[in-house]
Amino acid sequence: MTAITDSATTPRKVIRPTSGNGRRVRKYTADQVPIGSLLLRMFAGLVVLVVFLLPYLIMFFGSVKTKAEIRSVDPTYFPTEWHWENYATMWSTPETPLLQNLISTLVISVCATLLVLAVALPASYYTARFRFPGRLVFLFLVIVTQMVQPAVLTSGLFRQFISWGILDTWAAMILVNAAFNLSFAVWIMHSFFAGIPKEVDEAAQLDGAGTFAVLTKINLPLVWPGIVTAVVFTFVASWNEFAASLVLLSTAGNQPLSVALTKFVGQYETSWHYVFGVSVVAIVPVVILFMAIEKRLVGGLVAGSVK
Amino acid sequence: MKDLLKALPWIGPAVALIAAVVLFPVGLMFWNSTRDISQSGVDDGGVGLANFATVVGFQYFWPILGRTVIWVVVVVACTLLGSLALAALLNKAFPGRRLVRMAVIVPWAASVVMTTLVVHYGLEPYFGIINSFLVDIGLIDTPEGYGWTRHAGTAFAWAMAVAVFVSLPFTTYTILAGLQTVPGETVEAARIDGANGVRTYFSVVLPQLRGAISVAVLINIINVFNSLPILRVMTGSIPGYDADTVMTMIFKYMQNQRQIDLASALSVIAFLVVIGIVAIYVRAVRPLEEV
Repeated sequence: MTAITDSATTPRKVIRPTSGNGRRVRKYTADQVPIGSLLLRMFAGLVVLVVFLLPYLIMFFGSVKTKAEIRSVDPTYFPTEWHWENYATMWSTPETPLLQNLISTLVISVCATLLVLAVALPASYYTARFRFPGRLVFLFLVIVTQMVQPAVLTSGLFRQFISWGILDTWAAMILVNAAFNLSFAVWIMHSFFAGIPKEVDEAAQLDGAGTFAVLTKINLPLVWPGIVTAVVFTFVASWNEFAASLVLLSTAGNQPLSVALTKFVGQYETSWHYVFGVSVVAIVPVVILFMAIEKRLVGGLVAGSVK
Repeated sequence: MKDLLKALPWIGPAVALIAAVVLFPVGLMFWNSTRDISQSGVDDGGVGLANFATVVGFQYFWPILGRTVIWVVVVVACTLLGSLALAALLNKAFPGRRLVRMAVIVPWAASVVMTTLVVHYGLEPYFGIINSFLVDIGLIDTPEGYGWTRHAGTAFAWAMAVAVFVSLPFTTYTILAGLQTVPGETVEAARIDGANGVRTYFSVVLPQLRGAISVAVLINIINVFNSLPILRVMTGSIPGYDADTVMTMIFKYMQNQRQIDLASALSVIAFLVVIGIVAIYVRAVRPLEEV
């Protein structure tokens, strides 16, 4: 877990370089910074900030324009009038049932996340705590899944779900999202469980607690940050999944927003303001979730190798 | 054996899920690639390797393969260079750094489809805002802008730019995690020896980032090779096969032509290519050594 701690010095410490108390391990950051290079860094930082937010600002400004304004041959950078009512009217656009698409996205993501949690939590706990024959085989299997993505397997999944009779259902996409996000969840939670001293478990077992009680009462509170990371990651990945949904879900109402929104492209008169309004609604919550786990974003498979 | 049985309730569900939804479709895909499957999905018997011959014999197969190589190499290389610079900046202390780090996360969390859609809109002639900006600053003479998304070459180039943009956050954060493990003493020692900032970076810092860079590159290669949404949105409405990669071609076989047998054959090729790249890469760079 050392890879994931935020060990760089805080800005405050640099402005007052003499106050270094040596408590934190000093990393690759200069302590005494001339004001000139500090300003240069701030300027570079500002450029980066603008570049990374620009597409989403265009999206946001576009979402409150009228259709006439967003399709005007003399485009405006900022909306001349702010039409917040777009956020209410966009749900009844004829191209696709957007409200149903939002519900599909939500149901698929929530169920896939719950399934991952139910399956990955016990597996990561057991492999971190106990040695058993096949343990390494299992961990290898998990790494291999990390290398495979649903896009390359869609033709197989398509035929498989036909024969299971669940093609074009939420269940199919819940299974796909759960299976392909399992490896990350197992790895990140595995590394958290492995970080708890075994003595903690043994002490509880001496007091008569069974394996299940040790997991739920002793370990869970300690690995909570790992669980949150796994949950957020799985949820956001399922929320944005595109390739498998595109092939496996054919009924408009079953499709997630990622697939539904592509239908606007190439239309005779694309309602871009609605596309952007829905995008803002879909992007804001997951960005907030990702920001909440910012310090642990580099995890799972990467955690071990970026020591 | 008793230990394995004891472990089964704990790891069994995970194994079952991987077996049913990852391993089984791999097997089914290999099987289907040797079958003749009608457009309505009826299996008309085995055809050996005929599907592979059809896929490879398709007149655009080699250009598509070449374009896939360009797609992966250019996107991953540009992503790596951009991320090294970004991470170096974000590792330095300055007021507002936290805010900038948060902004860098946004394309990572946001749907790739939606990010690509806004760029696609911006590139539209007449009303696209990127075109309008390029006209305003005088880079384009025609008042309606240029039809970037109407031509395979320019649409593909913009798709690569979007791919780099959405790959930067993960790569930057991985390198940032690596940078934070570079001991300050080694950097200071180089400074005392008289090395300047640039020299210190290349001879002291960069070699210690090897682990982080190799993992980031490996995961990026897999992601970029498998990427569908960017090209689908950016070049999907262009007729012909001049902007396709292996991945978009698989989906064209599957959806436009409803030829699941050919799609399976090309998927098998793609699958083996990915496995091959990963194997060669892991042997050469050993990015997973410490996992």
